[in-house]
Amino acid sequence: MDALDVARWQFGVTTVYHFLFVPLTIGLSVLVAILQTMWHRTGNERYLKLTKFYGKLFLINFAMGVVTGIVQEFQFGMNWSDYSRFVGDIFGAPLAIEALVAFFLESTFLGLWIFGWDRLPKRIHLATIWAAAIGSTFSAYFILAANSWMQNPVGYHINPDTGRAELTDFLAVLTNKVALITFPHTIFGCFLVAGSLMVTVALWHLIRRPGNSDTPTYRFAAKFGSWVTLIAAAGVLLTGDIQGKIMTEVQPMKMAAAEGLYTTESPAAFSVLTVGSLDGSRELYALKIPGLLSFLGTGSFDGEVKGINDLQAQYAAQYGPGSYTPIIPVTYWSFRFMIGFGMAAAAIALLVLWTHRRDRTTTSRWLLRAGLVMPFLPLAANSFGWIFTEMGRQPWIVFGEMLTRDGVSRTVSLAEVLTSFTAFTLVYATLAVIEFRLLVKYAKNGLPDETPPPQTDDTDDADRPLAFAY
Amino acid sequence: MELTTVWFLLITVLFTGYFILEGFDFGVGMLLPVLGRDDRERRVMINTIGPVWDGNEVWLLTAGGAMFAAFPEWYATLFSGFYLPLLLILIALILRGVAFEYRHKRPEASWKRRWDAAITFGSVVPALLWGVAFANIVRGVPLDANHEYAGGFFNLLNPYALLGGLTTTALFLTHGAVFIALKTTGDIRHRARKLATHTGIAAIVLAGAFLTWTLSIRNTPAAIVLAVVAALALAAGVAAAHAGREGWAFTGTALATGLAVITLFAALFPNVMPSTLDAAGTLTVDNAASTPYTLKIMTWVAVIFTPIVLAYQGWTYWVFRKRIGVTHIPN
Ligand code: HDD
Ligand code: HEM
Ligand code: HEM
Repeated sequence: MDALDVARWQFGVTTVYHFLFVPLTIGLSVLVAILQTMWHRTGNERYLKLTKFYGKLFLINFAMGVVTGIVQEFQFGMNWSDYSRFVGDIFGAPLAIEALVAFFLESTFLGLWIFGWDRLPKRIHLATIWAAAIGSTFSAYFILAANSWMQNPVGYHINPDTGRAELTDFLAVLTNKVALITFPHTIFGCFLVAGSLMVTVALWHLIRRPGNSDTPTYRFAAKFGSWVTLIAAAGVLLTGDIQGKIMTEVQPMKMAAAEGLYTTESPAAFSVLTVGSLDGSRELYALKIPGLLSFLGTGSFDGEVKGINDLQAQYAAQYGPGSYTPIIPVTYWSFRFMIGFGMAAAAIALLVLWTHRRDRTTTSRWLLRAGLVMPFLPLAANSFGWIFTEMGRQPWIVFGEMLTRDGVSRTVSLAEVLTSFTAFTLVYATLAVIEFRLLVKYAKNGLPDETPPPQTDDTDDADRPLAFAY
Repeated sequence: MELTTVWFLLITVLFTGYFILEGFDFGVGMLLPVLGRDDRERRVMINTIGPVWDGNEVWLLTAGGAMFAAFPEWYATLFSGFYLPLLLILIALILRGVAFEYRHKRPEASWKRRWDAAITFGSVVPALLWGVAFANIVRGVPLDANHEYAGGFFNLLNPYALLGGLTTTALFLTHGAVFIALKTTGDIRHRARKLATHTGIAAIVLAGAFLTWTLSIRNTPAAIVLAVVAALALAAGVAAAHAGREGWAFTGTALATGLAVITLFAALFPNVMPSTLDAAGTLTVDNAASTPYTLKIMTWVAVIFTPIVLAYQGWTYWVFRKRIGVTHIPN
C-alpha cells in the first residue's frame, strides 16, 4: 500500500459519499418547489403540508451535501496536487464558476426559504425555493463539465514548455458532448432517487397507518412520487443509451470493459450475465442478447465494437508500454448494477401505481417491504454508475493525457493520507448513522398540522415567535 | 492592470469577505458556551447567523475555486503543503455545519450538548488555524525549486504563526460578540456588549503585536498604512462597543478584520507564497498563474456575477435585519 492507493480510496469514498446526498438535494429541491407552487396556485392545504414535510427531509439531507462538498473543493489540492498543476488552467474555471454562480445562489436562497416563511411575501418566498433548486442544478452542470473534460478532454492544447494543459476554447469545454449528455442522465438519476424517497415515506404511512385524515394526502404523494420515478427512469434509459454511443466513440476501452468484450466483434452481443473468469481466459456460462451491444454502442445491430485486447495493443503502440485496461470485474458488474438497481426502483413504482389505481388501496406487507428498499435502489444505481464511469477511465486521470498515478501529491506522505482517510471515514460513518436515524424519525412523524404561515405586510409585531428557528 | 494582478486582488476580496462574514459566525460559535446561559439563549445566538452562515461559507469555496482557476500552482502547493491543518479545518467545518442543522432536531439535552460542543469546536479550530495558515503564507515556508512544500507539520507551528492564530481567534471573538450585541435584545445583548470590550482589548494587543511583527518581515508601504488603519478601526470598534453604539462597533470590527486580511495580502504581493529555502521556489502572481485566456474568461464571469451575488446576499441581511431575543424562539 502506498500513498497513491490511499489517496484513491479516499477520493472514491468521499466522492461516492458526497453523491449519496447530492441526488436528493437536486431532485427533492425541485419536487418541494413544485409542491409549494401547487399550494400557491390552489390554496389547498394538503400541498402545504407536503411541502413542509418533504422540505424537512430535504433539509436534513441537504446539510450533509453541503459539508461533504467542502471536502471535495479542497481535495484536489490536498491529494492530487500534480493533477491540479497539470489541469488547473482548465479544470479550475468550472469549479470557481460553480461556487460563484451556483453555490451562492443555492445557499443564500435556501437560507431565505428556511427562515423566510413569515418574513417574506408568499410569492417571493416561493421564488426562493425555485432559486435554490436552480442553483443546485447549475452546480451539477459545472461540476459535470469539469468531470466530462477528464473523460473526453476538449478545447485545450499541451504547452510544450511547461508540459501543462492550457485552455484554448472554453465554450468547447462547456459544450463537451460528454457533458451535454452526462448532465441530463445524472439529473434524471437524481429524480429517480427523489421520487423513490417520496413514494417510500408515503407508502409507509398508507400501509402502516391506514384510514386517517391524512390518507388522501399520502395517496397523492405516493402516486406523484411514482410518476416522477417512472419518468426519471425513462429519461435515464434514453440518455444512457446516447451516453453509451458517445462513450464507445470517445472511450472505446470503457465500453469494452463494461461488457468484458475481449475480441472485437461485429455484430457484438450484449451480455446480461456472465459466470466465469473475467480475465478472458474462460467463460463458463453467459447469457447474451445477440446484436444488442452493437446497437448500444453504435446504433446499428451489426456495428463493430472493439475488444479489450485490440484496444490494449492499440494504446500500447500509441502511448508506450503499460496496461491501459481498467479492472474488468468492477466495470462489468458496476455497469449492470447501475442499470439493474435503477430499473428495479422503476418496477416498484409501477407496482405502487397499479395497486393504487383508481380508488384502490393495499395493505400488502410485501409491497411495503419493497417500498422500504425503494430509495436505496437508485442510490446504489447512482453510486455504481459513478464507480463505473470513474473506474472505467482508469488508468487515466485525464483520458489520454495523464495517468492517475502521475496526478497524486508527491509531498504528502503515506502517514498523512492515512490520517485524513481514517478521519474522513470515521466522521462520515458516524454522521451517516445520525442522519439516517433523523430521516427515519422525521419520516415517521408524518405530516405536520399546518396552518398557513402568517402573511407578512412588514408591520413589525415585535414579539411574535419566529416561524422557524434552529 | 495585468490580469494576474486583478486576480490577486479578487482573491484578496474573496478572503476578505470570507473572514468578515465567517469571522462573526466563528465568534458566535466560540461564544456559545460562554454567553449562552441556557438552551433558549444558545438558540438565540445560533439563530442570529442561522439564515446566513452557509452563504458566508461559500466565500471560502469561491476563494478556493478562484485560486484553483487563476493560480493553480498556488492552490496545489498550499493545500498539499498545509495538509494537516487543512484537514482539521475541514473536519471542523463539517461538524459545525451539520450541528447547526441537527441541533434542534431532537429534544434531549444530551443531544443538544453534543452538537453545542461540535459548534464550539468547529468554530475555534478554523478561527485559530486560518490565522496560523495565513501567517505562514506571509512569513514564507520552505518550498523547493519545483514549488513543492518541503517542510513538515511542525514547521507551521512557529511563534509568529501561532501569534497569528491567536490574533484571528481574539479578533473573531470580538467581532462575534459585537455581532450578537447588534442582533439580539434583552439580557444577552448587554452581556455580549460587555464581553466585546474585554476580548476587544486582548484583540487590540494581539493584533498590534502581530501586525508589527508582520511589517518587520515584509514592510511594503501599503501594508504599513493598512495595518495602522486596521488597528485604529479595531480600537474605534471596541470603544464604540463600550459606549453602547453597536452599529459602529460592528463597522469597526468588520473593517479591522477586512483590513487585517488586506494587510497580509498587501505584504505578500507580488508573491503568493514566498519560499524560505530556494528563491526559485517562491510562487509569484506570474509563475503561479493560469494562462491569460483563462484569466480573461474568469474576469468576465467575476465582473458579471460578483455584483449580483453581493446584491442578493445584501438583501438577505436586510430581510433578517430584526433583532431577536428569547421571546422569539418557538418551542
Ligand atoms: C439511478 C441511476 C441510474 C440508472 C438507472 C442508469 N444510470 Fe447510467 N449513470 C448514472 C446513473 C444511472 C450516473 C451515476 O448518474 C452516471 C455516472 C456518470 C454519469 O454520467 O452518470 C451514469 C453513467 C453511465 C454511463 C457512463 C458514461 C461515461 O462514462 O461517460 C453510461 C454509458 C450509462 N450510465 C448508461 C446507462 C444505461 C444504458 C442505463 C439504463 C438502461 C443507465 N445508464 C441507467
Ligand atoms: C463530477 C465531478 C467529479 C470529478 C471532477 C471527479 C474526479 C475524480 C478524480 C480526479 C479521480 C481520480 C482519483 C482516483 O483515481 O482515485 C476520481 C476517481 C474516482 N471517482 Fe470521481 N469525480 C467526480 C465525481 C464522482 C462521483 C459523483 C463519484 C461517485 C459517486 C465518483 C467516484 C469515483 C471513484 C469511485 C473513484 C475511484 C477510482 C479509482 O480510484 O480507480 N466520482 N474522480
Ligand atoms: C468532485 C467534485 C465535486 C466538488 C469539488 C464538489 C463541491 C461541492 C461543494 C463545495 C459543495 C458545498 C456547497 C455549499 O456549501 O453550499 C457541494 C455541494 C453540492 N454538490 Fe458537489 N462537488 C462535487 C461533486 C458533485 C457532483 C458530481 C454533483 C452533481 C452532479 C454535485 C452537486 C452538488 C450539489 C447539488 C450540492 C448540494 C447543495 C449545495 O450545498 O450547494 N457535486 N459540492
